[in-house]
Amino acid sequence: MVDTAFVIAGRTFRSRLIVGTGKYSSHAVMAQAHAAAGADMVTVAVRRVNISDRSRESLLDYIDTSTIFILPNTAGCYTADEAVRTARLGREAGLSNWVKLEVIGDERTLFPDNEALLEATRTLVREGFVVLPYTNDDPIACRKLEDAGAAAVMPLGAPIGSGLGIQNVNNIRIIREFARVPVIVDAGVGTASDAALAMELGADGVLMNTAIAGAQEPIAMAEAMKHAVIAGRLAFLAGRIPRKSYATASSPVEGVVGR
Amino acid sequence: MFITLNGDPFELEQPLSVADLLARLAIDPRRVAVEHNLAILKRQAFGEAIVREGDTIEIVNFVGGG
Repeated sequence: MVDTAFVIAGRTFRSRLIVGTGKYSSHAVMAQAHAAAGADMVTVAVRRVNISDRSRESLLDYIDTSTIFILPNTAGCYTADEAVRTARLGREAGLSNWVKLEVIGDERTLFPDNEALLEATRTLVREGFVVLPYTNDDPIACRKLEDAGAAAVMPLGAPIGSGLGIQNVNNIRIIREFARVPVIVDAGVGTASDAALAMELGADGVLMNTAIAGAQEPIAMAEAMKHAVIAGRLAFLAGRIPRKSYATASSPVEGVVGR
Repeated sequence: MFITLNGDPFELEQPLSVADLLARLAIDPRRVAVEHNLAILKRQAFGEAIVREGDTIEIVNFVGGG
């Protein structure tokens, strides 16, 4: 069965699994996890250079930018202005005009401030950015972001780093039904079945960081996630059976010996 | 003279270009973005932009994140 290509803003990605670069025990482990995941897009944060401690290795030394596309995020931004400023800095750091746009509304849940997110999306789209906004599982919020020019929408499955999986299965399915841009479930994935479920619901891709970096064996989990995203996508394309309350036998009912 | 560099006071003997400041800090200019008094500098402008007393400089790079 042949799948359609995974295309965002005219750029084709081989892998529907997007992986973060945070929380790994080392950059070397991160690089191995990326390889095991088969990722060809990874997210990075934009932060001040540590002027006093120059000993830490550069993240970019561990990412082959000729094969892996780097997506800067605006993590840690709580206003549209902060996010726009960070996005502009990320672009100027030189790799692309793409941004994973985050405007956070609350420190404990890290849920998005959708109003500020929409405002920042409009500003950045006007400035020529390819905007991938991290939002919640609200189909109306996703529609507004798409109408504002977002290149994809990225509804959360559950709070960032929570590992709770897809909290609102029906909403994710509805978001995919309404959206005319790619839908990437971003945040909250805990284990392989969560990623597979996201894809079975019709998501075009899944983005995760903690599920891999925080696993006891990150490289094994990265490989599991690679298979999960492929399996979930294939199951989606294959068209599952309906759910029924009662049984329908798989073996013939006639010809049973002794009956 | 003092400037504010990444949120902290930083001492310099005299004004210098952003390019020279990066070199002094052993920072590869191709791996960072620089904001000079809230204006984001194009990399080609690092040599011409002069850091003077009281200026605010932000130097950012890509780090691990989700």
